[in-house]
Amino acid sequence: MRPFTYERATGLREAAAAVAARPDAKFIAGGTNLLDLMKLEIERPTHLVDISRLPLRRIEETSDGGLHIGAQVPNSDLAADARVRTRYPLLSQALLSGASAQLRNKASTAGNLLQRTRCPYFQDAGMPCNKRVPGSGCAARGGYNRAHAILGASEACIAVHPSDMAVAMTALDARVETILPDGRARTLPIGELHRLPGDTPHLENNLAAGEMITAVTLPPPPPGRQLYRKIRDRASYAFALVSVAAVVEVASGRIRNARIAMGGVAPKPWRSAEAEGALADRAAGDRSYAAAADAALSDARGDGHVAFKIELAKRALRRSLADLTPDR
Amino acid sequence: MTSDPIVQATAGAAPGARIGQPVDRIDGILKVTGRATYGYEHRIGRAPAHGCILGASIARGRILEIDVREAERAPGVILVMTHRNAPDQPEFGAAVTATVPEVFTRARPVLASERVRYHDEPVALVVAESFEEARHAARLIRLRYETEPGAFDPVAPDAEIYRPGRTNAGFPTDSEHGDFEGAFSVAPVQIDASYRTPFESHNPMEPHAAIAEWEGDRLTVHTATQTVANIQAGLASTLRVPPENIRIVSPFIGGGFGAKLILHPETICAALAARVLNRPVKVALTRQQMFANAGHRPAMRQRVRLGADRDGRLTAIGHEVLASTARFEEFAEQSAVPTRALYAAPNRRTTHRLIRLDTNRGEWMRAPGEASGLLALECAIDELAERLGLDPIALRIRNEPERDPELGVPFSSRNLVACMRVGAERFGWRDRPLRPGSRREGRWLIGYGMAAAIRGNYLGPGSARVAIDAAGQVTVQADMTDIGTGTYTILAQVAAERLGVPLDAIRVMLGDSRLPRTAGSGGSWGATSSATAVHNACLALRQRIATAAASHAASPLRGSNAIEAHFADGALRLGARSESLERLLARIAPEGLAAEGSAVRGETYRTYSQHAFGAHFAEVAVDIDSGEARLRRMLGVFAAGRILNPKTARSQLIGGMVWGVGAALMEETVLDRRHGHFVNHDLAEYHVPVHADIPDVDVMFVPEEDDKGNPLGAKGIGELGNCGAGAAVANAVYNATGVRVRDFPITLDKIFPGLAAG
Repeated sequence: MRPFTYERATGLREAAAAVAARPDAKFIAGGTNLLDLMKLEIERPTHLVDISRLPLRRIEETSDGGLHIGAQVPNSDLAADARVRTRYPLLSQALLSGASAQLRNKASTAGNLLQRTRCPYFQDAGMPCNKRVPGSGCAARGGYNRAHAILGASEACIAVHPSDMAVAMTALDARVETILPDGRARTLPIGELHRLPGDTPHLENNLAAGEMITAVTLPPPPPGRQLYRKIRDRASYAFALVSVAAVVEVASGRIRNARIAMGGVAPKPWRSAEAEGALADRAAGDRSYAAAADAALSDARGDGHVAFKIELAKRALRRSLADLTPDR
Repeated sequence: MTSDPIVQATAGAAPGARIGQPVDRIDGILKVTGRATYGYEHRIGRAPAHGCILGASIARGRILEIDVREAERAPGVILVMTHRNAPDQPEFGAAVTATVPEVFTRARPVLASERVRYHDEPVALVVAESFEEARHAARLIRLRYETEPGAFDPVAPDAEIYRPGRTNAGFPTDSEHGDFEGAFSVAPVQIDASYRTPFESHNPMEPHAAIAEWEGDRLTVHTATQTVANIQAGLASTLRVPPENIRIVSPFIGGGFGAKLILHPETICAALAARVLNRPVKVALTRQQMFANAGHRPAMRQRVRLGADRDGRLTAIGHEVLASTARFEEFAEQSAVPTRALYAAPNRRTTHRLIRLDTNRGEWMRAPGEASGLLALECAIDELAERLGLDPIALRIRNEPERDPELGVPFSSRNLVACMRVGAERFGWRDRPLRPGSRREGRWLIGYGMAAAIRGNYLGPGSARVAIDAAGQVTVQADMTDIGTGTYTILAQVAAERLGVPLDAIRVMLGDSRLPRTAGSGGSWGATSSATAVHNACLALRQRIATAAASHAASPLRGSNAIEAHFADGALRLGARSESLERLLARIAPEGLAAEGSAVRGETYRTYSQHAFGAHFAEVAVDIDSGEARLRRMLGVFAAGRILNPKTARSQLIGGMVWGVGAALMEETVLDRRHGHFVNHDLAEYHVPVHADIPDVDVMFVPEEDDKGNPLGAKGIGELGNCGAGAAVANAVYNATGVRVRDFPITLDKIFPGLAAG
């Protein structure tokens, strides 16, 4: 761990300005990801701005019937919130399927969105990694890449985003509220928060220097039933090999509304417009679900160990859709 | 120096506790209140400096340049040690030692040359005032290497295969009885199956750690080890110091599983730096460093061939093991050795072959031999049972041997059949789905599996000292360790019973090389060997007390016949007269009395085949779409001699069974075939079963006493739990799905392609 200086943020704008003022400064909240990476010198901030005590820990109703989730709401609180459990059950399911109870108690909402990949080559400072050292190469390609991306990856990087929560929020059309160092606020759809790697896998999101997430807002719950299904190598405390966040509304045997997002398959939470398109206004049933699964994975590529994920993701999608429409 | 660690039952706790009673751990309160000190935690007189090891980022080659200037200037840094300035050490020497014990006593130099033999091998040690400063400075060291091509593929088709001269623990490399090839080729029913078992890592919760302090030419090391004598001997050779000048202290160990049997780099680094600095130095391996530097189970391909007649009688058993080893030091896990004793068949072959890789050496990982070997053999037996249309238990009973099928000597005791029958009844084996893939509950496919357990019963020579003072307080001393198994407790129980005193009158001191030498905790022999030594020491002490009581001028029992001594309820009865030990000792031996006892291998060690046995039963559920396999319940039934403490024994066996679940379903250390490093080197990526994976595990014992192994009639149990446990789970996965995966671990990607898409 590099030596670093530390300050406790006194206000939202001050926090953003403090990080913007120093190129190697970072926000720290729960620290569940950042501290580990600092010990490995994967992250090497020279200055930490502690935002964990900022007044961003409330979950409030919005006027349109949605929820406003403060950036510092711990994952455990968000998962347990009665409004989340009843109106956005897939978000609660996603949160509870992630990490351990101890980590969920500590991890913040914004920190969860911005956690770094678990690619073991990224996490090993001795290995080439374009995300860590641009231009050094990608050791995961041709290496042990069983947990890597099948969608949205590039020659430069095949790492996946590890969050469960973000996948659920993506299916819910969440919006991310931020504050910029000059005090202006802005809002961006969650789908625009993360970037695909392309040639610049070290750039992971579209936030400006010092820009700080202050909240995530959920629009009113979409009509239909919700489900988060996570497939993993053990029953707890394992990252998703494939996960599905799905919302489906069926009326008169036809699909009126479908939202499909996947985790564990791409460098960012993966909203599948292809699957949603394939489901729109189709008869609820296995044939439509198979078509949606094929559409969702039509651009998938799996070289090496990860190849199994393509079929696994299709199975997970078909099954999730079937489970959501038991009495179609 | 810290005060000597003493473990004693709370006053009044379980006063009637004896051998065979489920006594609570007498060290339990120390542990749960944080007063049990582990390797890195001991407080010593002078504040230690903190060391941090930097490992090589190549797997084979040499260091061309090492620039430590920036590291030396970093805040808090006291010393940067590399091969250029480390104290001179002996050469490592040949890959194979002349004898088995020399594996433990040979010098193991670190930072001794520019050569890199495996990825993450230490290339520098930074010592600083704080651990954080040392770790930071280690990252400032600049290295330039010349990389040489290495061998990193344990299943490379073109790899050079060689025959080792012996296996681990000195077993013969091969065995051949009758005409295996001939009998197999004409067998009416044949199974010829190859299984792949991966590298695995022990991952004890406590990382390897040491605090080294020199006083003149005498060294004290506080560390975490299973066998203090091995660390003492290895350090003596490496540092060129007489063993008697080295004291090893290891009272509490946070798990070992075989990873803490031998000297590792952190201890040598601490000792070298402490000598250079004339200041205590502490060094621990990080979790990541443990994967390369603290041992692993070798990767293997195992071919099992079984020939049987149509009634299921085996005519030929073949088990051929091909395993990885390190180029610089051989380790040949004896995975075909259990096959030599488990089933009868007139024609037999077992072999062990090795492929040299540029990794660190393999080490003894819980049940070396059985853990990996039975994964293959006990799955192959299951495959044979299916081919024959026989119940797997009936097949095993049909091939139960009368005598050890290769040694030709009788078994000291063998109750495998009883374990299978008792287990079948308790588990509800009759409800097993007869046709694989035929039982479905919701989205889950349900399957049952079973497998036999066998584990050699060994005795490690050693001794113990038992003393009683004039207050009637008994002290048991040995350099034996308690690696979480319950040694403190069972030794107290043995002494309490043999001396007829309450448990809370016993103090136990372990894990210090100044105490009588034992073989430590390894090979499951710790409990029986050290308990035997304590038993014999108690008998000698009783003799001493009785003789003095019968003859001492001040004894109220004077003139009695010492032969008729009876020790019970804290008193000695000689003939018709009785006196409390406290009053008696105060009169006849105010300074107290002590005696030593030993454990030695007797004639029966050779003339009987000694093993513990068991039967595992598992029920799993496999998701019909994803192939996710989850344990539902598991039962292990064991015949392991006299159970000294059913509570601690049960914990040991449950722990072993959980290891079996891990080996079957999730554990694998992945070696990168280009860079030669273990890729998934932390506990997020190396999966061991967690609570949610282990819903219901039950253990039963079949009553057994075995008078051939030791005077207590006990057998070792530390490894028995994970012998065959993985095969039972694997067989259950097959029963659930009809998909036979021979490539461990059985992860979902290997199962679901065989399941019809849902």
